[in-house]
Amino acid sequence: MAAHRCSWWSWLLILFSLSVFVVADIHETTPVNDHHGGVDHNAQTAEQTADQPAVEERRWEATEVKEAATVDAAADIQGTSAPETVVPSSVPQPKDDFQEELVIRPLHSGDIYASFQFRTLWDTDFMRENKVSHYRLFPKSLGQVISKFSVRELHISFTQGYWRTMQWGQPFIPSPPGAELWVWFQDSVTDVDATWKELTNVLSGIFCASLNFIDSTNTVQPSASFKPLGIGNVTDHSFVRYATLPREIVCTENLTPWKKLLPCGSKAGLAVLLKSEKLFHSSFHSQAVHIRSVCQDWQCKTTSWELRQTLNSVFDLHNSGQTKREWSLFKMFSRTLTEACPLASSSKLYIDITDNPQGEQFELSPATSLLSQAVVLGDRRTFSVYDLTQETTFGSVRSLNLLIRWKSNEGEMLRPLLHAERYVAGYGLQTGEIHTLMYNNHPYRSFPVLLLDSVPWYLRLYIHTLSVTSKGKDNKPSYIHYEPSKDRVKPHLLEMLIQLPPNSVTEVTVQFERALLKWTEYPPDPNHGFYVGSSVISSLVPSTVAMHTNSTQERPLFSSFFPCKEESSYFVRIYTEPLLVNLPTPDFSMPYNVICLTCTVVAVGYGSLYNLLTRSFQIEEPNPGLAKRIANVIRRMRGVPPL
Amino acid sequence: MAVMQVDVPLVSLPDRTTTICASSVSDKCSSTPGHHKELSSGYSASTPRTSATAQRPVKIFQTTILCVCLPERRRGQLAALSIAAVVIIVGVPLWWRTTETYRAWLPVSQIKDLAKLQLHLSADVEVVFARGTVTPEQQKKVPLTQTQDEEHTVDEDTTLRYRYETKYRTATIMEEDALKKPTAAEADLSLHMLSESPCGSLVVYVIPESSSLLPEDVNVYIGQRRTALVRISAQMRVGKTLEQLLAQLEPQIKQVLQVMSFSHTDITVALSDRVRFRPGNKESIADSMRAFKSSPGYEITFSLLNPDPKSHQLHWDIEGAVQTYIQPLLTKLSPLANFSMDSQTLYYTMLGVTPRFDSSFEAYTLNADSLAHVINPVEARLGSNAASSNPVLNFLLYVPDIRHSPLYIHDHRKQEVPSNAFHSPRWGGIMVYNVNGFYGSETEFPVHVNINMAKVMGVFLAQLRLLLGVQSLSPPPGFLVAPCGSAGLADWELDRLMWSRSVENIATATTTITSLAQLLDQIGNIVINDNIAQQVSSAVTSLQLAMAELEVGNLGFALQYSKEAILASEKAFFDPSLLHLLYFPDDQKFAIYIPLFLPMCVPILLSMLKIVSEARQRRREKQAKKE
Repeated sequence: MAAHRCSWWSWLLILFSLSVFVVADIHETTPVNDHHGGVDHNAQTAEQTADQPAVEERRWEATEVKEAATVDAAADIQGTSAPETVVPSSVPQPKDDFQEELVIRPLHSGDIYASFQFRTLWDTDFMRENKVSHYRLFPKSLGQVISKFSVRELHISFTQGYWRTMQWGQPFIPSPPGAELWVWFQDSVTDVDATWKELTNVLSGIFCASLNFIDSTNTVQPSASFKPLGIGNVTDHSFVRYATLPREIVCTENLTPWKKLLPCGSKAGLAVLLKSEKLFHSSFHSQAVHIRSVCQDWQCKTTSWELRQTLNSVFDLHNSGQTKREWSLFKMFSRTLTEACPLASSSKLYIDITDNPQGEQFELSPATSLLSQAVVLGDRRTFSVYDLTQETTFGSVRSLNLLIRWKSNEGEMLRPLLHAERYVAGYGLQTGEIHTLMYNNHPYRSFPVLLLDSVPWYLRLYIHTLSVTSKGKDNKPSYIHYEPSKDRVKPHLLEMLIQLPPNSVTEVTVQFERALLKWTEYPPDPNHGFYVGSSVISSLVPSTVAMHTNSTQERPLFSSFFPCKEESSYFVRIYTEPLLVNLPTPDFSMPYNVICLTCTVVAVGYGSLYNLLTRSFQIEEPNPGLAKRIANVIRRMRGVPPL
Repeated sequence: MAVMQVDVPLVSLPDRTTTICASSVSDKCSSTPGHHKELSSGYSASTPRTSATAQRPVKIFQTTILCVCLPERRRGQLAALSIAAVVIIVGVPLWWRTTETYRAWLPVSQIKDLAKLQLHLSADVEVVFARGTVTPEQQKKVPLTQTQDEEHTVDEDTTLRYRYETKYRTATIMEEDALKKPTAAEADLSLHMLSESPCGSLVVYVIPESSSLLPEDVNVYIGQRRTALVRISAQMRVGKTLEQLLAQLEPQIKQVLQVMSFSHTDITVALSDRVRFRPGNKESIADSMRAFKSSPGYEITFSLLNPDPKSHQLHWDIEGAVQTYIQPLLTKLSPLANFSMDSQTLYYTMLGVTPRFDSSFEAYTLNADSLAHVINPVEARLGSNAASSNPVLNFLLYVPDIRHSPLYIHDHRKQEVPSNAFHSPRWGGIMVYNVNGFYGSETEFPVHVNINMAKVMGVFLAQLRLLLGVQSLSPPPGFLVAPCGSAGLADWELDRLMWSRSVENIATATTTITSLAQLLDQIGNIVINDNIAQQVSSAVTSLQLAMAELEVGNLGFALQYSKEAILASEKAFFDPSLLHLLYFPDDQKFAIYIPLFLPMCVPILLSMLKIVSEARQRRREKQAKKE
């Protein structure tokens, strides 16, 4: 409806009412054809249509159903159209399942680590051709992404802040600062790069993030570091893509679409705690979506798709300005729990009380008798469990506000066995050196780590200067995969398998040269510096306790993310700090200045040449000097002939 | 000026060279004839030598310079002229060529032709006389072909011409047998088996009044395919000649055509992209606003909204229902567009309006006025289709929560809407499904409910037909329209839809192409890449083909070409390389050019001016001399 030439005021009025406000109007109503009765109402409809005056523009109309024949015919096909019934016990088992859990771990630094995990399992096959998809618990948008782009596995995380391994220990699910996306495609994908490009654009829309900035200059194909976490023994790394955006800032607009993917939204269950004003007032915030296919049973005869949504935060107890060390759900999230998500088959809250077996460090209220032990990250931990599906958990007040009151500050944290850091050394704006330090804190065992470094092309790595030293000795990597960069096309990729000796620091250094960018290639605020994504260190760390290798066994979600192949070691992935590197930055008014300057030079040169060519030269009679002129004036006044 | 320096002391020198030089000066420099005299007189006066001797060498030098001054001047002028020439002949074209934007060739004249749209629609109609409807002498004149033309001018740029080519013939023996079937539906089916009429054409059988195929009060029967039966009445047969009979028959055949083939209102509605609406019939405007715009594909999403999963556990067999009810219709509609379907269940989705309790009905009610606000909060959860950019048709089944149950929709007359459903134009439909019948006094929550999909799909199918633009118009009196069967759509209904969709596609594609051409014409520095030019050309050729096919009545091809045209034109129009933000505005460009161009052009212009003014002056002097 656009502007109209007509001047009828009534028409204009209608237009106005349409554009300003949607006027609702129901017009004709015809009784629904009860298909059991089979009465034809066609004639009646005609009459009603005729006597109905079109008073207003209608936007909303009651649906008249007169396709009696259609329904009848269709019903015939179906044979018996099941009448609405109260379903007895023989309800077909739904093929999907939803679980939610929250783990709270008081950290030795005095912070609180809260880790939410929501898992949807769906027994379906996205890859079937021409399938009408019917979604129940699984979000439709992600399902469409999986089937359209033939995704085998998808991992995406948005993180604000840096996880401090030395203070906080290992997180349940690690993630680098900024945005990280890695995807395994099915073998059927022919043009992986085009699919990847399209996929990042679609994900960018789904998560309201700048994932559309992922292009070939920050995408790599890791050969060993990122193996599929689900089933499938894929070795061809041409189907994997990995990219990070360390500059990405995570905020509410990323959280809202993430919450929308949950079946209960933020209306019920643990997700009611996810209030953005509290969540983003924390030291560390990371939200992620992991999609993969997993085994349903021990023999792995059938597979199902798993969607795992995780959210990790670390709350600083001191920044809330309180003197007493006390923590409660309400204080942290400004909400309390009142019910589990009705769709969840399990809804649990775990509190890590491993360091507090006798309650000498802190006190939990309400207390729970339910205890659970789980092996996570090579350590046997004890948890107090609150089962939200049980009515008794909420007590008489019908709400659960968990409270932790500290008694003492003592306690030693187990040093993490593996941790890493990275920094840039050197001075000036021409060259520099990247140092990556990896610490093996295990007292007597050495273990191998896979280091992945993806460096943008504008830092030109001098790969001949690469050196790996442990304990002052050269440590030769047993596997090096290096892909040189191509200017403006692809980044450097360096993957190394390094054996870390026990109780040692291994240092990897490589020198680089800073490139000069074209003036349009600089991002806004270039003097802030350029981010280089975190190094990824993946390793199988020796475990002190036996790990569970059965992935289908019922376990808390937080302990079942990384599959475990053998009992003696567990998988750890850690991310170093992202680097912030200064590049030589020009003055951005430079192009115009240069234009003006060169134009002036050209104009001056041209002008003098032009003069030389076109002017005719002659000598003028030199003017008599000033003294002579004055003297002449005087002489004239005296009547004496001039000089 | 040079002559001004030839002053008296210099002339006084009895030097040979000086004299010659001076005289040559006086010869050539005709600009100062007064000095000439002075010079010669000065020479003859032979003033005594004074202090000038010391200055002599300098003076001599000076005079030699003076001597060469004239070729020097000419050379300067020539240099200035040649520089100007180089600038004009080499510099300007070079600058022009290096800064010009690439603009591929576009079929501008053909696009201009498209701006003036002349659509010819023609339909083949066959009128078959059964035995007993024509007298033997009338029968001699058949077969016979007649064409009828109708012309409409929609607006100054758009004209429509409808042509019905009517062929009259008598029925074959097999057709006679088919017409002897006991019911009209069977006759329709067996006639269809005999010959399959192509898309867009119609066959009208004229049957005698004694025929038992049609009930008493029915004169015209419209079948499921492309056939209609017309009963001839007694008063029609008063005429003797065939022409009189045809004249009697014509109004009825025309009515049949209006129902089964394109009608003028349909076509004008389909042209809405080109032609602004006249403030005409509001009914038809509302009808035209309801259906989705023509698109190469549609996504159909069924959503079950369960705001209260604690009390209700809902089970809907959407997979089976879609296969049974929706798929046949979509298979039938597949020539029009690609359809894809999916469904989802959404929990904790609240309506935007809190229903009011109406004690007279003992139920919660939603007023017609508030329906507009119902969907907004729901829509945020529906999510758009991540995998395609086709328009989405949403069908929502809302099961009200236990505190607002039962819930009924009321219309403007405060009457309950029997289907308990409503639809929103170009968006989709919502049905409210009450489950309060399952609440007993001792029912344990959650209640497990199996949703009656036949009831739900009946409503959704009706809404889908409306939203896709299948007009279910009320037939004129005396007409009987066959029920549309398992596919949910009769062949002629599909034809009607194809007519209006082809016209709509053509209208949309022409507007897109003409506005694109206009835009490219207006903004001169948009780069037109080859692929855009290619898309535009292919759109134009497809459009021309589609219009040609419409003219000869090949509906299927016309629709196909019009779809291609719309795809190509949209692709060209939305190509990212046409983003005008990538180009500098003219004032900024000149800000960059000025530091170079201004200092270079000013001396050239000035010397040109000087040369011109000198030339003019010389001419004036020559004239003065002549006089």
